[in-house]
Amino acid sequence: MSLSASVHLRRCFARNKTFVRCINSSSSDTHRKTTSFGFQTVPEDAKESMVKSVFDSVASKYDLMNDAMSMGVHRLWKDQFVGDLKPGRRGPMRCIDVAGGTGDIALRILDFAREKYADRETSVEVVDINDQMLKEGFRRFKQTMYHNTPQISFHEANAQSLPAEQFPDNSYDLYTIAFGIRNVTSIPAVLEEAYRVLKPGATFACLEFSRVDNPLLGTLYDQYSFHIIPLLGTILTGDRASYQYLVESIRKFPSQPDFARMIRDAGFVTGKDIDGGAWTNLWGGVACVHTGVKV
Amino acid sequence: MSLPRTLARFSAAAKPNTASMKTRLINTTPAYPGHIPLNSFENAFLAVGSAVMSLLDPYRADLIAALGETTAGPALPRLRDIMLASPEGRQILKDRPRINTQTVDMNALAQLPEGTWGRTYKTWLERTGVTPDSREPVHYVDDPELAYVMQRYRECHDFYHSICNFSVNVESELAIKYFEFANLGLPLAAISAIGGPLRLNAKKRSILFSEYVPWALKYGSTSQCLITVYWEKRWEQNVDDLRTELGIRDSPARWSRKSSATVEPSAEPTST
Repeated sequence: MSLSASVHLRRCFARNKTFVRCINSSSSDTHRKTTSFGFQTVPEDAKESMVKSVFDSVASKYDLMNDAMSMGVHRLWKDQFVGDLKPGRRGPMRCIDVAGGTGDIALRILDFAREKYADRETSVEVVDINDQMLKEGFRRFKQTMYHNTPQISFHEANAQSLPAEQFPDNSYDLYTIAFGIRNVTSIPAVLEEAYRVLKPGATFACLEFSRVDNPLLGTLYDQYSFHIIPLLGTILTGDRASYQYLVESIRKFPSQPDFARMIRDAGFVTGKDIDGGAWTNLWGGVACVHTGVKV
Repeated sequence: MSLPRTLARFSAAAKPNTASMKTRLINTTPAYPGHIPLNSFENAFLAVGSAVMSLLDPYRADLIAALGETTAGPALPRLRDIMLASPEGRQILKDRPRINTQTVDMNALAQLPEGTWGRTYKTWLERTGVTPDSREPVHYVDDPELAYVMQRYRECHDFYHSICNFSVNVESELAIKYFEFANLGLPLAAISAIGGPLRLNAKKRSILFSEYVPWALKYGSTSQCLITVYWEKRWEQNVDDLRTELGIRDSPARWSRKSSATVEPSAEPTST
């Protein structure tokens, strides 16, 4: 089964030589642990480098593609995400923004604390596994007042295993991860790391694409995702495969109650399993904010 | 997909224990490696999107290719039938030869005598700096044979340049597009021919429309349909004989002094 998966992947990603090398090296060992890469099933150790290839190729036009795919709505979602968290309300915070390469969330956190609470001590450490995305973020932050201040720093690290010297236990007041957690190989590992680095009383917040329950909206959303988005990827960036992966990975992500349960399994305390409790649906579930508190 | 059909799919899926839960309304299995099936809305969307984007950024060869495939329509079956009507064309459809540096021995071509078609093509490649390896594979044509016809057209494009003795600057490309439209009838050629000149300055546009286009339309329509020519079997043929056989004469192309400088005077192609 993994052999036919590897043949199929070779066809899909034939132009990207990194993928071909990657797939050729995986043997048809059916006992190896597998995970999902969009709708395909791949060996677990292959997923990380495949995701890396996707984000290496989308990095420079990531924001253009986000705007084209969501018709600019992702900005509203991120505004609401940060607005509901109210960073800086109870004094300066040490925040960690994971998978936050291009710095969208970090910038919003720092702006919110500064504008609403006149807070210039809150800091955000942006962590991402992909150095191209971090470079984009660094370049964008040069256009802001936070460049070269202790308020912002960029770190290349794997969310599933944050190095303990750089990211000690119990050191952050806020952990955010926006549109990143569906790309990791093991979600529980990321949640455990989040639990480790947060201080007691601190908040875990995750913004991610999720399940749409409403059948009419769901149908429109599916049509748009599977028919328009890969074509937009072809037209704007010449890279259909990466955007096909992105829309498929959204469908494979756990539903709202399942993800809330995974957050609780990592040790966090969440609200009730209803919309408005452990999670808040945005636009009917197209995007969703999950929160938890470490006690 | 239309809403009624989608709802029908949902209601079919809601019935328990029926085989229809697994049926799909459109076939999305790839018909050949690299095939990306599109429904008619996606096809139109890609056609319009690639037209706009390739006008904005003409270096996106992959989008020009996509535009050609999504707008080909009835032109490809017509070309395939023309190929089937000629013995040489039938041989091409049977062999399905590809043109790239793996399949064509460039060294052998360089050693052919002056005045042969193979040597002319190799000289043309050197003068223009083009390589036959950079052609985008076909993705959006559903029938594998028609996909091959499209691929063949794309790979033979350089041959058309070379046999008509045109360079690869913008006005020469447009001249070849006019030639192709008259000769093969592909909508992409017409679209490029209309959209392309918008990017030219007045002097180049005047050369294009006063010299190149009349020649291209006249000889494109009277010469043999070039898709039926099995170029790879004619490397040793004398290029002037080949041009006479095909009906191509008096090329008005101008080459800049820079590209002529690398070639010895004896090899200068003379327009007959």
